[in-house]
Amino acid sequence: MSSHSPEVAEHRFRQHHFVTADQQLDTSKTGMWLFLATEILMFGGLFVGYGLMQGVYPEAWVAGHHHLDRVLGAVNTVFLLCSSFSMVMAVHYASTDQKSKTVMNLGITLAFAFAFLVIKYIEYSHKFHEGLLPGRYFRLAEVGGPPQQAMFFGFYFMMTGIHGFHVLIGIILIAWLMVRASRGDFSSAYYTPVDLIGLYWHLVDLIWIYLFPLLYLIS
Amino acid sequence: MSEQAHSKSHSPLPYLFTLVALLILTGVTVGASYVNFGSSTVNVIVAMLIATLKASLVALVFMHLRNDKPLNSIIFVSSLIFLGILLGFCMIDVDSRERVYPTGLRQVDPPAGAAKAAPAPAVPAPAKH
Amino acid sequence: MADTITAPHISGHADHHDVDYLHDGKGLKSWLTTIDHKRIGVMYLWSILFMFFLGGVFAMLIRLELLTPKQTIMSAETYNKVFTLHGAIMVFLFIIPSVPAALANFVLPLMLGAKDVAFPKLNLFSWYIYMVGAFLAVGAMVTGGVDTGWTFYTPYSTTTDGSVALMTFAVFVLGFSSILTGVNFVATIHNLRAPGMGWFDMPLFCWGIYSTALIQVLATPVLAITLLLLLMERTFGIGIFDPKLGGDPVLFQHFFWFYSHPAVYIMILPGMAIISEIIPTFSQKTIFGYRAIAFSSVAIALVSFIVWGHHMFTSGQSQLASAIFSFITFFVAIPSAIKTFNWIVTMYKGSVAFNAPMLYALSFLLLFGIGGLTGIFLGAVSVDIHLHDTYFVVAHFHYVMMGSTVIAFLGGLHYWWPKMFGRMYNEPAAKVACALIFIGFNTTFLPQFVLGSRGMPRRYYNYLPEFQFLHQLSTVGSWILGLGFLIMAGYLFASLRKKMDAPANPWHSRTLEWQTSSPPITHNFHEIPTIGGGPYDYYRPVGKGRNA
Repeated sequence: MSSHSPEVAEHRFRQHHFVTADQQLDTSKTGMWLFLATEILMFGGLFVGYGLMQGVYPEAWVAGHHHLDRVLGAVNTVFLLCSSFSMVMAVHYASTDQKSKTVMNLGITLAFAFAFLVIKYIEYSHKFHEGLLPGRYFRLAEVGGPPQQAMFFGFYFMMTGIHGFHVLIGIILIAWLMVRASRGDFSSAYYTPVDLIGLYWHLVDLIWIYLFPLLYLIS
Repeated sequence: MSEQAHSKSHSPLPYLFTLVALLILTGVTVGASYVNFGSSTVNVIVAMLIATLKASLVALVFMHLRNDKPLNSIIFVSSLIFLGILLGFCMIDVDSRERVYPTGLRQVDPPAGAAKAAPAPAVPAPAKH
Repeated sequence: MADTITAPHISGHADHHDVDYLHDGKGLKSWLTTIDHKRIGVMYLWSILFMFFLGGVFAMLIRLELLTPKQTIMSAETYNKVFTLHGAIMVFLFIIPSVPAALANFVLPLMLGAKDVAFPKLNLFSWYIYMVGAFLAVGAMVTGGVDTGWTFYTPYSTTTDGSVALMTFAVFVLGFSSILTGVNFVATIHNLRAPGMGWFDMPLFCWGIYSTALIQVLATPVLAITLLLLLMERTFGIGIFDPKLGGDPVLFQHFFWFYSHPAVYIMILPGMAIISEIIPTFSQKTIFGYRAIAFSSVAIALVSFIVWGHHMFTSGQSQLASAIFSFITFFVAIPSAIKTFNWIVTMYKGSVAFNAPMLYALSFLLLFGIGGLTGIFLGAVSVDIHLHDTYFVVAHFHYVMMGSTVIAFLGGLHYWWPKMFGRMYNEPAAKVACALIFIGFNTTFLPQFVLGSRGMPRRYYNYLPEFQFLHQLSTVGSWILGLGFLIMAGYLFASLRKKMDAPANPWHSRTLEWQTSSPPITHNFHEIPTIGGGPYDYYRPVGKGRNA
């Protein structure tokens, strides 16, 4: 494999232990997929716990659902789907040497991500106000209904909270990409970071695709 | 073969079509949530099927799995399989034993300074399973 | 078949134009900012050896306390903390990182003919994460300790005092170190093998590390979320695990053991991987059943995910689940047995040398036999009802974790010591230490099988007088064991003060790490080697085949 000429032009970011730029990109993508697998299993554990407890306390889960605003949830879903689109477009433009469109699409992705967090903030404020808090902080007397709603909201805050934390990390990473892209670091010979962070961002979207129906819609 | 060598030739149109499909499916999901398909189990299955369809589109198209080395798809699918193992065996256990429901539940007092809560009523009758 | 090797430097010492990795850059900063897998492996090595020492101190304290029933040197509450910390340190801070992070980090790229692992900076990052986790764990120890047992069962762990939150968070952080190591190794083995090295041309050590890495990637995240849930339960009283709040404590155990059972294979697979290297080398003979061992490694990794309920037979888990888990547990023994028989047959008609690494490998065969078989007893539900939470279990897992994994680790340490540090250790002293460790280990733990089957529970501070003799015997064993380790520390450190005198290939092995200098240059090889034969081609005379 080391004897044929590399398929992609050399670039200044090739690391010494890789023989070709191709090998570096391939390996990096596999590495990112392995990391995504760990994220799936981590979130998945939460889903499993949520699902099992739903089987034990279905009335509490239904009561909990009714306190969630499915419109806001749907809007957030749309925001993330659009951000996934703009992200993959950014990868596309980075890989085709279109610097300004890369930066623009990264910016659009950021905007949608921020919008997502704004809606989350609105939802969370509403919950704090209504006493819909996790565990021992759940104000049952105010809310009424089955007491295991406290458990439901424990899951709700953990699942959306950890997801939101990942959105925040994504925002930081995408902002970093914008800086590098506007510096001209990326080209058709090297756009690996955009590709990899794109994969991460799509995972964040994937998780929300499951979170939304499970938390907001099932009754 | 890495995807990088192909990138110059492919058009971004599939991405746009995929986005439209995803948005439509989101609408379908929300609409379906207003319909009762019989039992709550079936409702869950319908919602999960639609979600899985959306997730597949994101994975195959946006995440480029359909053009990529098979290894990456194997990694992705494996994580789902092992998650399934966790869920499956836990369900086998939980579904094959009696749940012991505590009675006289009281809400745990929050730390000093937060509002005190009134005691909760007893747990309602267990759901049939 | 063209047999070419293009790594020209096989002289014992680094060419003066190429400095060995230990001397390439001086000072603390060059080490703390290194991305050389060999230096990172060495940093991990000192870290985990220190943790082993710390965990060992706790072990000695446990055994001292158990010299007499009732109080000997500490209160009951302190005893609970001591055995918890012994377990948590040994499991999370020592044994899980030991072979992968300290030895495989060093050896794997060399064996594959690569210049480094796939993601060198990630490798350094994972060491820093380990250090943060270690710091947090030590913090938990000094701020009050933890008394829940290393398994953190709920609802006790969600309601007891002590630094549970800090310790849980420390383990959470440590998990990420393990995950990133796993990611690195999977990618390295898939993509960085030297030209001509197919999957079935790489040493079996690599298959073992690959299987381990699969588990690290797939299982550890579930531990992460379990610990997070535990933390949230403690902080917010969510109620998922606490029966008083409507939760299910058995659910915690399912989540915990989903990781922790595969975790024990994270511990044993690398140990087995080392044995697969030592035995062919010290028998100067090709391994018997290469593919069987390779596939068995992967099979153990995969099957390990569907047997976790055998830790929960007495937990309140349903009878159906217990039956299923028990049935599958018997199957997980089969690949281990295949490997053991293959190792033994490898030695047959070989030219066996009894250097320290081989003595450790032979010890492994016996001690793993005992440890593995006693696991089968525990896998039978009816037997486990009596033996669960007794000293029988304690003896079983010490035979597999210490008698097998640690013994294999020590074998690997001695085997690769000349490669890592360019010096030979004192062989007669090593043999003495090995004998003391073997005798001490068995004196400590063999009586515990008897104690357990006669009813002595684990984690108990008091015991009935009839158990005292065996407890005392066990404690004396721990002193012999400790002495063996002290001697080992002595001669290993002494060797580091000598000048570098080790040849490139002191054991006449055929794997690639021995085809470069001892210690290697920073970039491992001057040119990526081209592979012409298998890793255990002892039937070829030296001079032909993959070794020039």
